[in-house]
Formats: sequence, C-alpha cells, structure tokens
Amino acid sequence: PPSPQDNADAQKTAFLLRKQWTLYSVTPLYRFSNAHLKHYAQLLSAFIAAEKQKGLAVEVGVELDIKVAVSSIPDLKGSDRDQDAILVQLSLRSPASRKNSEEKLVWSGCFCCVSGDHLSENLPEDFTCLPLFLANGAESYTSVVGRWFQKTFDCCFRRLAISPLNLSWMAAMWTGCQVDKTTSAMELVFSAPCLPYPLDISYAIHPEDAKALWDTVQKTPGEITQEEVDVFMDCLYSHFHRHFKIHLSATKLVKVSTAIASAHCDGIIKFLQSKYLAGVLMLLTELAISQIQ
Amino acid sequence: MQRRRSSETLKKPPQVHHKNQTDLSAWRKGKRTDPEKSVQRHQSPNDQESDSEQDSLEEALSYFEQVQDRISLKKNNVLQKHLTTVESIALQRGLPPEGFDVLLKVALSGKLADTVNTRLLKSLIPASVIPETSVVSAVSWLCVSKCSGNIQLLFLRWLITMFDFIDHKEELHALYGFFFSFLQDEKMCPYVCHLLYLLTRKESVKPFRIRRLLDLQVKMGMQSHLQALLSLYKLFCPELVTITLPGKMKTYFKNSEGPWKAAINTVRRRNQASSPVFQPLLLGPAPPQSRKRKWNTQLMIPASSTNRNNLEEDREKNCVKLYSRDESFPVEQLQTFSQLLQNIHHLEFPSQMGSVLTNPLLLHYMNCIKDESVYLRLYYWMGQTLQEECTWCVADNNQYEEEFRDFLETVYKTECFLQEGFSSCEEFLYKSLPLWDGVCCRSQVLRLVSWIPLSGFSEMKSHLYDPLVQLFFTSSLYFKCSVIESLKELLQNWLNWHAIHLDSESDSQVHSLNTTLSGLVNMVAELIHFVGWISTVALRLENNHTFLLYFVLDFYETVCDIYLRYNLPLLIMPPAGVFYPALLSMDSVNLNQLCYIMYRYRTNLVAAKENELSKKQMLQFKFSSQTYQEYNQYIIAMVGCLWTSSAFQKDTHPQGLRMDDELLKKTAVKEFKTSFNIVNHPAMMGYAVRFLQQAWPDDTTFNFSLIKGKRWDWYLEYLYSQDLKGLKVFIESSINRVSQASHSKAENVQV
Repeated sequence: PPSPQDNADAQKTAFLLRKQWTLYSVTPLYRFSNAHLKHYAQLLSAFIAAEKQKGLAVEVGVELDIKVAVSSIPDLKGSDRDQDAILVQLSLRSPASRKNSEEKLVWSGCFCCVSGDHLSENLPEDFTCLPLFLANGAESYTSVVGRWFQKTFDCCFRRLAISPLNLSWMAAMWTGCQVDKTTSAMELVFSAPCLPYPLDISYAIHPEDAKALWDTVQKTPGEITQEEVDVFMDCLYSHFHRHFKIHLSATKLVKVSTAIASAHCDGIIKFLQSKYLAGVLMLLTELAISQIQ
Repeated sequence: MQRRRSSETLKKPPQVHHKNQTDLSAWRKGKRTDPEKSVQRHQSPNDQESDSEQDSLEEALSYFEQVQDRISLKKNNVLQKHLTTVESIALQRGLPPEGFDVLLKVALSGKLADTVNTRLLKSLIPASVIPETSVVSAVSWLCVSKCSGNIQLLFLRWLITMFDFIDHKEELHALYGFFFSFLQDEKMCPYVCHLLYLLTRKESVKPFRIRRLLDLQVKMGMQSHLQALLSLYKLFCPELVTITLPGKMKTYFKNSEGPWKAAINTVRRRNQASSPVFQPLLLGPAPPQSRKRKWNTQLMIPASSTNRNNLEEDREKNCVKLYSRDESFPVEQLQTFSQLLQNIHHLEFPSQMGSVLTNPLLLHYMNCIKDESVYLRLYYWMGQTLQEECTWCVADNNQYEEEFRDFLETVYKTECFLQEGFSSCEEFLYKSLPLWDGVCCRSQVLRLVSWIPLSGFSEMKSHLYDPLVQLFFTSSLYFKCSVIESLKELLQNWLNWHAIHLDSESDSQVHSLNTTLSGLVNMVAELIHFVGWISTVALRLENNHTFLLYFVLDFYETVCDIYLRYNLPLLIMPPAGVFYPALLSMDSVNLNQLCYIMYRYRTNLVAAKENELSKKQMLQFKFSSQTYQEYNQYIIAMVGCLWTSSAFQKDTHPQGLRMDDELLKKTAVKEFKTSFNIVNHPAMMGYAVRFLQQAWPDDTTFNFSLIKGKRWDWYLEYLYSQDLKGLKVFIESSINRVSQASHSKAENVQV
C-alpha cells in the first residue's frame, strides 16, 4: 500500500527500523495529556526505582540510575485525526560514567495510532487512543512500564498475536511492494501441528518470482481482496506440493519475512523499509483495534 | 489514617460520657450549689464511696500540683498515698480531663524520680477526653528535656495510644515540626514516625521533610515505620515521592498501647463502649503477585487507589499538582458509608476503574454519578480481562478455571448490585458461548446470561439462542433446568428495566435511542417463544420430568403476569407441549402451579379487555383474538378435565385431548370420563385417599365415587386447606358454579 509518509520523516522514525518489536494492544488512555510528558517521565523513573528496591522510598525528580524520557513523535501517524505517537525510552546511567552523563539505551516502547481514528470517534475527550504499543528490550522493563501506564491511565495491555490469516495478507501485500534493491528472499515459515516434536517448514521464494505470481493474481492495483490472497497462497501451496508432496494448507503459517518487514504469529515484528513503515503500522493498528473492540 | 479519622468524630462523644463518668467539675458544682442532690447522693453507699474517692483524687491532684523538687518515694508516705490514689482511680474509672494537665506536667518536669513518673504516666487513663492544652504543655516540657529518655519514650507511646481521646488537634498539628525534629533521636524515631503518621495532613507534606526522611532511610535502611510514614506522604503527594511496599508487611508500627490497653478496655466497658474504637492502620501493601508470571495479567482486580493523574499546572508557583482539586478525598481512606456521604461531593474514582468491583461503597457512588467515562473505563478493562482470561477461549488457560470462576462471580454480583448488565460482559458472552462446553464455570456463565441488557440491535437469535440451544439439547436435565431458570431471570430483568424506564419516561433519551416499545415487545416475545419451544422439546426428551416441568412453569408464572405486573402489552400462552404435560402431570405441585398461572392469565386478559372497552387509553397494542381463543381452548380442556369430566368430548385444541368414545372404550378403562377430575387425577389421587381416610376411617375400599354432592364440597375445602392455593383461585375464578348446592353442574368461564 502507498505510504502516507515520505522520506522527510524517515529520520524521526528510523529508530523503529531493524529491531524486533513485541506488539501489544492498548485500550484508550484515560486523562493522558501531551502537555505533561516531562512529569510522566519523572514519575515513571521514580516508579521504576521504587519497584526495583521494594520498600525504599524514592524522591520524584532526582537523578536516578535509570533515566526515563517520554517524548512525542508527531510524524508517526496516518492523518491529523490520529493522536501523536508517544515514545518512552529507558537509559541506564552507568555509575562510573555518571559525570560525563554517558547513557545506554536499554529499552524503548512506542504507543502509536496510524489511521485508527475510527476507534476514537465516539469517545469523550478524556480518552487518548493509541491502540498499538511496540516494545523493544527486556520484558521486565516492559512489565514495569506497562504496569505504570495501567495504573496511571487506567488502560489494559494485551499481547497482540497475528493470526495465520493476517500473516498471509501480509505476505501478499508485501510481495506486491516495490523495493529498490531486492536482495533478500521472501520466506514463509510453517509449523506442522499435532506432532510430538516441533517441525517447522521454511519456504523461501525469490522475491521477483513471488512478485510475478502476485501480479498475475491481483486484478486492480492498489486494491487487495481476500479472494486474491487465497489464490496467491494456494498457488504457493500447490507449487510446494508438486515438489515435496506436502500440503502446506494443513499446517500453520507462523512467520512471514520479506524485504518490507518480517512478522511472527506471536506478535513480533521487524520493520525493514522506512518507505513502508507507515503502511505496516496502519495494518497493525487495525489489528490492535479489532482486539480491543 | 483510620485512627485519625475516627478522632475527628470524637468531638461529640464526651457529651454522652458526661452522664456516667467521674467528672470532677460536675461533682464540685453538685457539692457546692446543689445541697439537695448531694444529700441524696450521700444516701446511697455507692455514691458515698465515689464521693470519697473524688475527695482523695482532688487532694492528690493538688498535692502533685504543688510538689517541690525530688522527693524520694520510699521515705515519703504522703507521696505514696497520693500516687496510689491516682493509680487506683485511673485504672478503675479513668481520670477526669482536669487531671491531665497537672499529672503530665509533674511527670515530664523531672521533679520526681523516674519510678514515680512512670507510674504516673501509666495511670493517665482518660475517663472521657484529654484536653488538648494539657498535651501541648506536656510537649513543651518534652522539648526542654528535663525528663529522662525513658520517660520521653513512654510519653510518646502514651500520646499515640491516647491520640483519639484528645479533644482537639489543631494546636497539636501546629507542633508538627517539633515532633518531626525528634526523628533524629534513634530510640524515639519509631514512635515519632507513628505519631507523625497520625498527625500528617496533605499540607504537612513538604519537600524538605521528604528529603529528611529519605536521608534517614539512607542512614537506617529499610525500616517499617519510615515506610509507613513515607507511603502516607506518597498518598498525599505522589508527585514528590513514591514507594512500593513489600507484599508481606502486616504491622508497620510497634505496639505502643501495651501498658494502657487493659485499663482503657476496663474504662471503656464502664462507659458502655462509646469511646473510639481502635482500628488497625490501613496501608496498601503491594498486591500479592498472581500465580501467573504474565505482567499484564488482568485477572487481579486492582486495589482502589487514588487517581494520581489529574496533573494541573499551577502557573504562579510553576509546580505541578497531582490532584485536580486539593480537597479531593483519597479513595484509600474511604471505609464507611457515612464517609461516603460526607465526602461524596469531592470524591474521585480510583485510578483503575476495575477496582470498583470489589468496593461496594464505590459502586454506590457509581450508581449516583452517571458519567460516561466511568462506564467506558470499566468497559475496556472488563472486556479485555474477560477475553484474555477466558478459560475456554484461550489455550493454556484451563488451569486457572477457579480464578476465572471467581472473577465471573464478582462480575455477576456487581451486575446484581447495580441492577444492570455490562455491555462488555454481553459481548464476551456472544463471543465465547459458541466455544463453551457448558461445563466450565457453568452457573456463573448462565447467571451472566440473565443480565444481558435489553438493547434494540442485538440479534439474540444468532448470538445467544443458537449457541445455547445446541448445548441445551445435548446436556443433562439439570443443565436444562438451569438454562430455563436463567432465561426466566433474563426475562424478569428486561421487564423490570422496562417498568423502571416507563416510570421515568421524562429522561427518555437513554432508551428511546435503543428501543421503541414495539421493538421491546418483539424482543420479549422472541424470548418467550424461544423458551416455549425449547421447553416443549426438552419435556419430550426428558419424559415430562417433574423437576423440569417445575422450572418451565416457573418461567410462565412471570409470562402470564406481564401485562398487569410490568405494564407491557404482551401476553403469550404456553405452547400445547407445555400446557398438556402440566395438566396431566403426576405431581400436584405442578398442577397447582398451572392452575395459578391460568388464573393469572385470566386476570390479565380480563383487565386488558376492560381497558380496551373503556378506551381509557389509546391502545397501540391489542391482544389478538388468537390469544383469547387459545386461552379459551385451554380453559375448556382444563375445566373439562378437572371438573366436568368432559375433556375428551369438549377439548377443541388441535393438540388436545379430544378422543372418540369408540377409541376410549378400547382402552378398557371403565370410568374414563372422570379419570382426570380433581378426585381421580393422578396428581390429586393422594389427596382423595387422605380425604377418604379422614372422613371414613373404617372404610378401606377407597371408593372415590363417594366423593360427590356435599362431600364434593367438603373435599374442595379439604384441598384448599392443603395449600393448593392455585387450584383454589382457579376454581373460584374460572368455574361458574350454578349454585353452591348443585355441585356438579358447573361450567367453565370463558373470556
């Protein structure tokens, strides 16, 4: 799909690229305000410190081992009706280098909403809709930050799994995208169910072959139907069956990797192309919203 | 926190106490200005005794007031005597307010030996209240440190124990800084923390104090008394300090009331328990970790805690306040209904809405405050929790069935409390019922079904009826009964909702959006037809099981009264598959219930017809003639069976009992005509036997044909006396007995 964003914003969103992000859906935040991000950072860093050393009180606003930065990324959205994305970053101040204020980024989390304004349509102003949350870093930090947000803004986090159906959509959509240098192969990973031992089948296709196949399937450029996705996948399955006598349709699609992005059914994603970042986020926002509603 | 609050209400009780306490000033007055009374008093030996006690106490007090420098206790008999007086009176009946000033002063001034001071402090038991002024002057003595460290400690412990007995606290609050400075003293620190905990208000929390406490924390490490005080500071000013309390903490302060506990109890019992009750300190420790390691597990219903999220910038001071209004009342402190009433104007919902589920006071508050965001927050939280934790929709969750069951139970209880269903719960049912096995959390799920809200758009057939029906037909008798019971409750909840909203028609915005009257009638009718259908099939599957029939008839007991009881223009007769099994039931309970139901149908139909005729109201809805016709067919069959013994000839219902005489003769039953009247009906035969036994104890032939004429009337009276009230109202209303004497010539009354 065509990206609503252009390369101009690429730098501001570059932090998302080439990292593994764990996906969550988040219900609307109650009484969240962009005007108080600095104070949220202070409160959150004190909260993290207090959680780490249970039973010891922590003063809010002093310099602590873990520095918290909360900032907004106005560029990361689909339309003006979307809320500004919020980036939370935790950095470790090593005690040795405290003077030269050397910091090491240990965890980041990003709340965003790309073309998800239908969620906020009938909501009162007190609610902020940022239904998609991406986290990169140790889960223990995700847990503390998540709990603070749940406590403070009365929201709920849920892991966002991606169903095989949605993965096949991603496979079809991303196959059709133009990439300047087609280096990496498209890879689909299938898992055979009901076996005493795990059996994964990796199916790699040359991106140009896949694109050629998709072009014969897609009727109207810029538009994809479920039927087309089914035909595309069926073609790949029958090709595989011809060679290996294995019915992939009886297995479960668990992972899709293309030059655009790679997605795992457990809800883990890696963005590879800044050009298509917004497009992928839009799809993920959609999935997150359907999990909330 | 608790103690402080209860102390605020203490200002009144003293007046109550005055009646039965030892009040020195009252006694003085009585003695000097009311000789008559004092004479009376001298007449009673008890009073005499108490008077002499008063005298000696007064003497003792004036002695202590004037006592000069260090007097040895051993050598001084006078001191010994007065000390003993004070002790014995204090421990028995408590000291009057006037006594405290003198005794505190002497105990803290260091004039006497520590043993004396200790004994004095230990006997400072109030009969009613302790004047604030005496405490303030005692604190000033404490500050000049004339007494020993042990006495200082004992005084602090006394002050903590007696805090609720002090009549006012304003001046004491002004001394907050003095107390705070005592924190430096390592021995005093725990007690000072406790005292500060009792004294702290929002305005006492200052950044420099927080820093001092944090310094102390660095110096002394993790100390429970510091934790308690700091978490109170956090409660008032979360923007300045934060702390996570470890999970297992139970006591935060050392017990300081030891020396006085027994005496206070004695005095309190004497004063008829009207003194303040000590309540444990309430601090929220960290919630126990769920068995699951998932960090975002939501099945933990969060604890109520203040919403810290009302950041408001104070431009002048350029600082941030976390409470939108300074006076807002922290929900952690909300413990009683009267607190709710007192603070309802400045109460805020907790930071996590889910916590209201376990907090009845907040549910009351929620009932008063119709705020959309309240319901939205609850909607999101509950929706996510139900989906995430559902044991049959999410793989790997089945080991947590018990937890989930408790959660559903809590949700159901909340719905009952609020008398309305949650839409998140409705959506959850629609999503999860098709996957449900009918076993897991059965009673909870079925009870939740009864709170599905009445909303115009929901397609009940595909969402509820279809998935339910598959389970219904394939499950046990008991499951069938529970389904019918919960559908009865669903019907009642809908009807109640309609009746309430009919009363408050003025605020009709809510329901005119969702439902019109005809829409509502259609939904209710759909439900009734659905239950009629599954009941018919179930009765056939279960061989007209008595137990099942009982639940089915229970449902129709609500249906037959819809017009009169709930003011909804709808009457639906039970299908023949329900009516005839009930009429021919082997069980008198069911037959009696059917009679009652038919009587109520009659009453409702008659009322409807009257309204129609008088045209009192413009009736949008008229019961169709078909309803009347159905009723009449049933009544003919019933009267024919029970009374006139003509059912086989007169029943006109297509599924009815009408049979040719030829056919009936082939059954070889002799008296087939009368075989279902109130004497011979299988459900009634037991009564007939008992009746014959009582009337003719010697006759063992059980000749039922004896019951006729006058005896028929006696038999009826006998039946009525056996609690068959349904039968009674039915016969009295639906059978037109030509004359009381000619018993058998009766007709059924049609509507």
